[in-house]
Amino acid sequence: MSYKLIGKNFTPPDVAAKVTGKAKYSEDFRAEGMLFCKLLLSPMPHARVRNIDASEALKMEGVVGIMTADDVPKFPDPANPILTNEPLYVGEPILAVAAINESIAADAVEKIKVDLQPLPFVTDPLTSLYPGGPDARTNGNVANARLKLQTIKWTAKDFAKAGEGKLPMGKPAEEWSYGDLEAGFKDAKVVLDETFVTAGYPHHSQEPRSAMAYWQNGKCYLHGSTQSGTFNYPFLAKFIGIKPQQLVLIAENCGGGFGSKGGAYPVMVIPALMSKKVGRPVMMRINRGEEYYVGFGRPGFQGRVKMGFREDGRITAVDLYIVHDNGPNQGFWDFRNAGTAMSIVYQPLAMRWRGISVLTNTPPRTAQRGPGENQTAAAIEPIVDKAARQLGLDRLAIRRINAPDNTGKIWSGKGLGPLTSAYLKDALDKGAAAFNWMEKKKLSGQKKGNKVIGVGIGQAYHSAGAAGFDGLVRIMPDGKLHIHSGVGNLGTYSYAGTSRVVAEVLDSKWENCVIERGDSRKGLPWNLGQFGSNTSFTMTRSNHAAAVDAKNKLLEIASKDMGGGPDDYKLDNERVVHKSDSSKSMTFGQAAKRAIELGGKYSGKELPKDLNPITKGSAAMIAGTGLIGVAKDNLPKTATTPALSAAFVQIEVDLETGKLEILDYLGVADCGTVIHPQSLHHQILGGAIMGLGMACMERYVYDTKYGRAASRGFHQQKPPSYLDLPKKMDGIAVNLPDSQNPIGSKGIGEPVMGSAASALLCAISDALGGHLFNRTPVLPDMILLAASGMKPSNKPLQVHTQ
Amino acid sequence: MIADMMRNFELYQPSRMEDALALLDRYGKDGWRMAGGKDSLDWFKDRVKNPKAVIDLMGIAELKGIREVKDGIEIGALTTLTEVEKHPLIQKQYGLLATAARRVASPQIRNAGTLGGNAAQDARCWYYRDGFPCYRAGGNTCYADTPEAMNREHTLFGADRCVAVTPSDTAPVLVVLGAKMVIRSSKGERVVEAKDFFIGPGVDITRMTVLEPEEILTTIQIPKTWAGAQFFFEKIADRQTWDFALVSVASAMFIKGGVIDRISIACGGVECVPRHLKVVEDIVRGEKQSEETADLAGQAAVRGAIPLNYNHFKVPLMQNLVKRAIRSA
Repeated sequence: MSYKLIGKNFTPPDVAAKVTGKAKYSEDFRAEGMLFCKLLLSPMPHARVRNIDASEALKMEGVVGIMTADDVPKFPDPANPILTNEPLYVGEPILAVAAINESIAADAVEKIKVDLQPLPFVTDPLTSLYPGGPDARTNGNVANARLKLQTIKWTAKDFAKAGEGKLPMGKPAEEWSYGDLEAGFKDAKVVLDETFVTAGYPHHSQEPRSAMAYWQNGKCYLHGSTQSGTFNYPFLAKFIGIKPQQLVLIAENCGGGFGSKGGAYPVMVIPALMSKKVGRPVMMRINRGEEYYVGFGRPGFQGRVKMGFREDGRITAVDLYIVHDNGPNQGFWDFRNAGTAMSIVYQPLAMRWRGISVLTNTPPRTAQRGPGENQTAAAIEPIVDKAARQLGLDRLAIRRINAPDNTGKIWSGKGLGPLTSAYLKDALDKGAAAFNWMEKKKLSGQKKGNKVIGVGIGQAYHSAGAAGFDGLVRIMPDGKLHIHSGVGNLGTYSYAGTSRVVAEVLDSKWENCVIERGDSRKGLPWNLGQFGSNTSFTMTRSNHAAAVDAKNKLLEIASKDMGGGPDDYKLDNERVVHKSDSSKSMTFGQAAKRAIELGGKYSGKELPKDLNPITKGSAAMIAGTGLIGVAKDNLPKTATTPALSAAFVQIEVDLETGKLEILDYLGVADCGTVIHPQSLHHQILGGAIMGLGMACMERYVYDTKYGRAASRGFHQQKPPSYLDLPKKMDGIAVNLPDSQNPIGSKGIGEPVMGSAASALLCAISDALGGHLFNRTPVLPDMILLAASGMKPSNKPLQVHTQ
Repeated sequence: MIADMMRNFELYQPSRMEDALALLDRYGKDGWRMAGGKDSLDWFKDRVKNPKAVIDLMGIAELKGIREVKDGIEIGALTTLTEVEKHPLIQKQYGLLATAARRVASPQIRNAGTLGGNAAQDARCWYYRDGFPCYRAGGNTCYADTPEAMNREHTLFGADRCVAVTPSDTAPVLVVLGAKMVIRSSKGERVVEAKDFFIGPGVDITRMTVLEPEEILTTIQIPKTWAGAQFFFEKIADRQTWDFALVSVASAMFIKGGVIDRISIACGGVECVPRHLKVVEDIVRGEKQSEETADLAGQAAVRGAIPLNYNHFKVPLMQNLVKRAIRSA
């Protein structure tokens, strides 16, 4: 299909402000009489607050108030708390102090005497699962956002049976299976049984999660850093203890979240609650040091997989076990996503997944780009290569034969379910051709001096869309088309790309469109948050629904005024024109004026019953100001929508130093119809760079004796620097439409990271003649030790290690 | 626990040397000499080091600049790393120093950070930096040398209660070039050889150099000894920028007819001080520049290394870097 706007590059409206520094982030706002608050962070990995003596701090000039866990709403364990009397990790906020400036607030925090009773703590999930091992919480050691807090201990026999270096597999917290696993392994020519570790690591969002809040006429005004928009309202309101209608959220820009600001998080409401308590506006600036602790991280895995491969490479059976390091609280369900990802990427004929989400006294975890799917890609893809080597198969071929197409299936929670589209085979083929895989693979293992070439292919998956959210658009008497977007703005510009669907449906000029967003007062519809690679799919559907509603209303108004039926009219260049009599026409502006006069559904005074209450409230705000198009996305959604990607990489490893250089990189996206090529390109490349960090650099490092972190700041955490980037990088798309999206679009943000990470790990293994590290990240010292024939420093199952 | 935010302190910004020295005399151990501030500010922000007074030396003109002198060059201690890196004479005659300066941290840090500050910077041991009350911080334990300790970046040689290493990229170069460090206090001036300027825990566990609290490093003199030699510098770090060396090697050689005539070589990141590899120099001097000589040099370089739990890799890394220095210069 040909579009005027979809598939074309454009400059999103917030770009200029960002590159000139004019864009305002939470920390840039000020309010009259504003105070600053600072947090008192736990120095211990697990402790109980016995007493807080703030008398000296409260005597200080300029100190206005203190707020402890006793002053704030509480939620059932294992929810992330706002403040706590039982800190569960070093750096957890215990209390907040508000003062007339930040330096007084910080000095006051240091004057507060908190009497902490140290409690047992644990940083390694397996230590906690061992009989008699410490629990991260006093009330349990296993929990997840969707798994009740409980205590599970494995038996000493479970551990002894596994032996050294193999993951013990005691009682899981959850499991599922399909097909005949035993028969699958029996039919296999090669069966591999591998134990692996993927490191957890912090999100390190560039913009720390500063927030500012004040109260006016019973409403709470909150400036916060979030990836998402209206999806936050009910959750933030619950944290504050108000109704969603009492919250005004101003969050126009987000300086990076990578999942850590996807949903509402409790720290954001500390200034709101403090402001309520002291009766003045409160700014809480979170700095880099604090962001490490409260800014969340990716869960780590200790896993084991048994995989059976037929002679032709087809995967007959997979038995996957994931021990998931969930941090101390609700965490995220990466371990479940590992199973789902296996089921779709490799389409195993039979599969069992088992998992357990274990609590540790390390920073809280939440979704990070490809939560679970990307760790799985990083762990499993090199193992697939090992099978290919043993079977004498090409590494592209072994992936192709297992990759899903439109008939592919995915574990859906109850059984195998269908897909709305899957072009992983096409992505592999297109990538192999563009990268020249058949030629490049001949370079594998080629040595020049102390340097050796490695090539690799990687693949990854993430779900890519949801349904059932609302769209809201408005045509004003001046003829401008206002597109109300409640999705948020995590920085990918997809809020803008998906808005263009409205202009496409209404045949409007993009210059005459205004995107309303980032502020509750603008009247924003109920949209899903910007997470889970869903925006391209979900938002094009809801925007499409609202645009179609507006279109119908335009046609109806024209027919009312100029005779005939709505079907006799069409939209053309921002006019409603009679199909056979072009003298009968009205401009969008005229139609908008008529909509106001007509009232009812035309001006938003009457709304569809199936809208979310948040959309209803927002539509009510703008009702009567123009022609309102508003609708719930009721398009069919009968299958999982997958985002899939493949990646190809060529590297050169220095065998004398363990350092590697990425010579060539290509990412290939199966993202349905491409909406915005430039933005897609950025996603593919940005994802690859983040994947490089995951594969070769970033990790939590903890001293198990003290529970203290060795990799807090940017410089210790070592995300990839500009000089670590590939010499050559590119990204392309399959660009075939999805079956359940009106423009054929679906998301892609997450898997482009996992495919890059896994391709790189495969290339490293390739350069080293097939050596498997079964661990991320693979650091230069590990490569050097392997190249020198020396033993690694880490034990196979060790976590949070350097 | 307050992270990443400074306490208040008295800030002095003298423009005359005698005022700076008077301030150091006045404050003694409560005073803090600050050059580019790239090391200092981290300490202050983490509230681990909390001086009463900070004496910012960057306003003192005489501590800056690069001058050609009869016996080589003199570099003001507060000359920025960027200036060192870009200076034509340094590039031409003492390229080793320019190369090493260019590998320090990131461009932004090099624009503010100084040669003196880089050479005299404190240890990066994360336990020490995180405020653990270790030997180096005046306590009585090393937290980095326990069975569980995360010590990948720590020492191979010269452990003496403390296992921290020199993190400086320029320090090994100054040792290789035979630099002289000019130090002044209100009592007068003294000149110390670079190799004696850096001190290990056995000499004083609470500092990395001979500088006394009331002294200022004013000038770094580089003699002509190695001017125009064949230089080699390589720093291996996890990242290609904004990272400290896991191991670095610096060498200067004069080759005559394929034979190594004179050589000076040192490593960073393996000991508390730049490790001057005298044994390597003795082995290769007078030998042909060959793979065999390089092999011997590499082996000799790591002899006596005692790795900790997580830094075994530094042994082959150091060995390989020394080999590379010998064969590729």
